Amino acid sequence: MSLSEALKSRDASLLPSRRDEAWRYTDLRAAVRVIPEPSPLGTVPTTLGPFAAIKADRSLVIINGRGPEVLSLDAGQVLCVELRLVADRHTTSHQSDLRIDLASGAQLTLLESHEGLGSAYLSSANLTIHLAEGASLERVVILDEPSDAVSVITADITLSPGASLKQTVLTKGAMRQRFETQVTHPGGGANVRLDGVYMLADKCHADLTTVVNHVGPGGTTDQLTKGAVRDASRAVFQGQIQVTPGADQTDARMGHHALILSDRAEIDAKPELEIFADDVSCAHGNTVGALDEDALFYICSRGVPLEEARAMLVQAFGLEVIDRIETEAVRQVAQAWLAGLGAGGSDGL
Amino acid sequence: MLSVSNLHVAVGGTEILKGLSLEIPAGEVHAVMGPNGAGKSTLSYTLAGRQGYEVTEGSASLNGEDLLAMAANERAARGLFLSFQYPLEIPGVPSLTFIRTALNAQRKARGEDEIGAPAFLKLAREQAAKLKIEFDMLKRPLNVGFSGGEKKRMEIFQMAMLSPQFLILDETDSGLDIDALRIVSEGVNALRSSERGMLVITHYQRLLDYIKPDRVHVLAGGKIVASGGPELALELEDTGYDRFAPAAA
Repeated sequence: MSLSEALKSRDASLLPSRRDEAWRYTDLRAAVRVIPEPSPLGTVPTTLGPFAAIKADRSLVIINGRGPEVLSLDAGQVLCVELRLVADRHTTSHQSDLRIDLASGAQLTLLESHEGLGSAYLSSANLTIHLAEGASLERVVILDEPSDAVSVITADITLSPGASLKQTVLTKGAMRQRFETQVTHPGGGANVRLDGVYMLADKCHADLTTVVNHVGPGGTTDQLTKGAVRDASRAVFQGQIQVTPGADQTDARMGHHALILSDRAEIDAKPELEIFADDVSCAHGNTVGALDEDALFYICSRGVPLEEARAMLVQAFGLEVIDRIETEAVRQVAQAWLAGLGAGGSDGL
Repeated sequence: MLSVSNLHVAVGGTEILKGLSLEIPAGEVHAVMGPNGAGKSTLSYTLAGRQGYEVTEGSASLNGEDLLAMAANERAARGLFLSFQYPLEIPGVPSLTFIRTALNAQRKARGEDEIGAPAFLKLAREQAAKLKIEFDMLKRPLNVGFSGGEKKRMEIFQMAMLSPQFLILDETDSGLDIDALRIVSEGVNALRSSERGMLVITHYQRLLDYIKPDRVHVLAGGKIVASGGPELALELEDTGYDRFAPAAA
């Protein structure tokens, strides 16, 4: 059961549903009764992407599943690439596939956006990424999709020893949206940072799923996901860290912290550590709570209206994740994204 | 200026203030002293508009306007400022950004123009220098990682920047060493004026050596049980609050 198979055969019964454990909280079959018509050729968007402020070396655009299929970096090459995946039609479906290869010592800053200029589409995007020895990837993703879209983005990332992956995903959700990252972690000094921020409203749904499989000794993984849900929105966090036999000296930590700002909102969090090696250091923390009433009163007592005070605290909550983005210009884009969500709260934010 | 009459306040169904009355005219500094549990913090939170403090009877007004009908931020815009006993940490919001947001929210509520960045920064530099606050500290998230003394100094700095008409200092001396107490008190004294009133809530007489009150009131059992001149504070220092205990019962 997968979205790819369902799209290929145009058979909605092949969509993953709550009967599949990995899709328990993100039931696509309930959301999509009929696979929509395949998307036609799209048009190059006239609007700028969310990373337009950053001068990238190269810009790749994949529209309605059509565009470049491979991005390769030579050994030692340093590149900043803007990658825009655009869906510009209404009630159609498509799949995008992209392979990214980093030769040894290559450094890629990937500024990736999933932009829904159309509506009610069904989209699947699959990235297959390979990092050779000592290569590094900083991947920052902004998901900007309409509230009636169904979208699944999957990245299958394989690291070699000494490689480095730093990923931050920012999302406001869609009708159903899943951002899944599978990492094969060889250890050997390779390090992984997997971060995420979700800020959901109305009936939006966002699912951040990660699986990090430590298959060799001496690897580090550091995960921090934070988010807030208001109205009747729903967030799903599934974080799995696997440590296979022999992957000793693995150092893995995972944090997921969330704010529930409305009685109708929901958060499903499923942190899992599967450890089959003895000499490892693994930890996870998971908290879900409301805004701090004391802090709210303090801010209001200085003259700030309650709604603004709430927005201030929610933003500050997400900022901790964004502050971990090392490249300043990219961090600023992420900060602007967060600040842009603050206004117009209904029953909470 | 501040007029509180027969104020009854319950918290979680328990009555804490039981008919408190207090008149503080413009230009005067009044101290409210009292033992633990007398209702001192309840008084300051109720006046500032904290949720969960239910006024069951009585009134409180500032310059003739009903405070109890306003939300906390509206009270601030009308000129009320509460200096917290334990100032909160606001991660992710630089102190200067926070104060400018607050100041402009107040100005907007009063129908005034927003203050521009250059004028704001000039004012901030002047006031920071007076309170011996490093300007770089103002770029850090509000109160995050600040010492107790730094937090209190930041309260006084906010006070100076927001220029309120009426100040409530809730146990401002707690957690301060002598040097910090002097700096904070000097900051408060610099704000004394004929148009401004102050309510200083304290457990100990010590603070009143630095901020000299015009009147001293004793709060016990949810009411003002005695009022007098500054000498009353010194008397309390000698005799303690025990003699007011029957009134509390």
